[in-house]
Amino acid sequence: MIQKIIRSRWWIAALVLLISLIPISAFAQGSDPSDDDVNEVARQIYCPVCENIPLDTCGTTACEQWRGIIRDRLADGWTADEIKTYFVNQYGDRVLAEPPRRGFNWVVYLVPVVIFLGGGFLFYRGFQQWSSPAQNRNDREMKKVTSKPVKLSEDDISRVEEELRKRSEG
Amino acid sequence: MKKILLWGGLGLLLVFLSIGLYRSQQGQVGIGETAPDFELISFSGGKYQLSDYRGKVVVVNFWASWCESCKPEAKDLELAYQFYLNSGDVIFLGVDYVDIEPDALGYLEEFGVTYPNGPDLRTEISQAYRVRGVPETFIIDQNGIISHVQIGPYSSLEHIKSTIDPLLD
Repeated sequence: MIQKIIRSRWWIAALVLLISLIPISAFAQGSDPSDDDVNEVARQIYCPVCENIPLDTCGTTACEQWRGIIRDRLADGWTADEIKTYFVNQYGDRVLAEPPRRGFNWVVYLVPVVIFLGGGFLFYRGFQQWSSPAQNRNDREMKKVTSKPVKLSEDDISRVEEELRKRSEG
Repeated sequence: MKKILLWGGLGLLLVFLSIGLYRSQQGQVGIGETAPDFELISFSGGKYQLSDYRGKVVVVNFWASWCESCKPEAKDLELAYQFYLNSGDVIFLGVDYVDIEPDALGYLEEFGVTYPNGPDLRTEISQAYRVRGVPETFIIDQNGIISHVQIGPYSSLEHIKSTIDPLLD
């Protein structure tokens, strides 16, 4: 009987402990974002003070301040997009890791595509020539012959005929 | 036609790269150049347009609360502001570069800065002046021409005055 009471007390204590933890963990999630939450947003932002270093890996005081802002805004329930918009309004488009798709920024997105397509085209042409070199060579020679007619004198023609005759006899 | 497109595209790419390199290699707006106009909205909400101050000497100081080397000159700049205040010939404007407001206000309070200061929203002012770091200070004469560029902190009140006084003679 005593053992049953002791056992049930342990169960009650465990239950109370479990229940007391539930609201605490929910509160912590809402008010205190983890470092991973902060870095998830921070890696999409670059501080203008330390060029080419994303905010999540930047160690300057300015970057620490910025990460602090992200943490505070996340705790206030802001979304990642809202936080990025805030930074853009404060510090300009250049804080974004990915420039917004408008105006001159399109160059950043279009140039690699153009280079890739151009490279693909050149590769295709090169491959075509490589795969049938004889045909292409004949075509080029034919083109040379047809595009640049050579005028031969009577002497040249007779010398060529003489040469051909010798070869056919020999 | 294809060749023209190919070479044209490559040429365009080189032009973009050249512009980018040229801009990145440019230093600050230099002495003798017209100071780029800007509007500074101070932390207290006041609006200050640079072009409104033609006929006066304007001191534009770029700083930030996280900038350790800005701190030694902060008090000297305030002393200089107080020194020229009654004459009305010299205007001081502080531009807070890539900073957060609570820390910036704390900085101004710590060093007792009372002349107008405001954030460089979207970093437009620092980009116009091609600021490479803080502190940097531009002294602009009565005609809106830059007469002195101070890279790094001023060493003393006398140092600040030595860059302003020649314009008041």
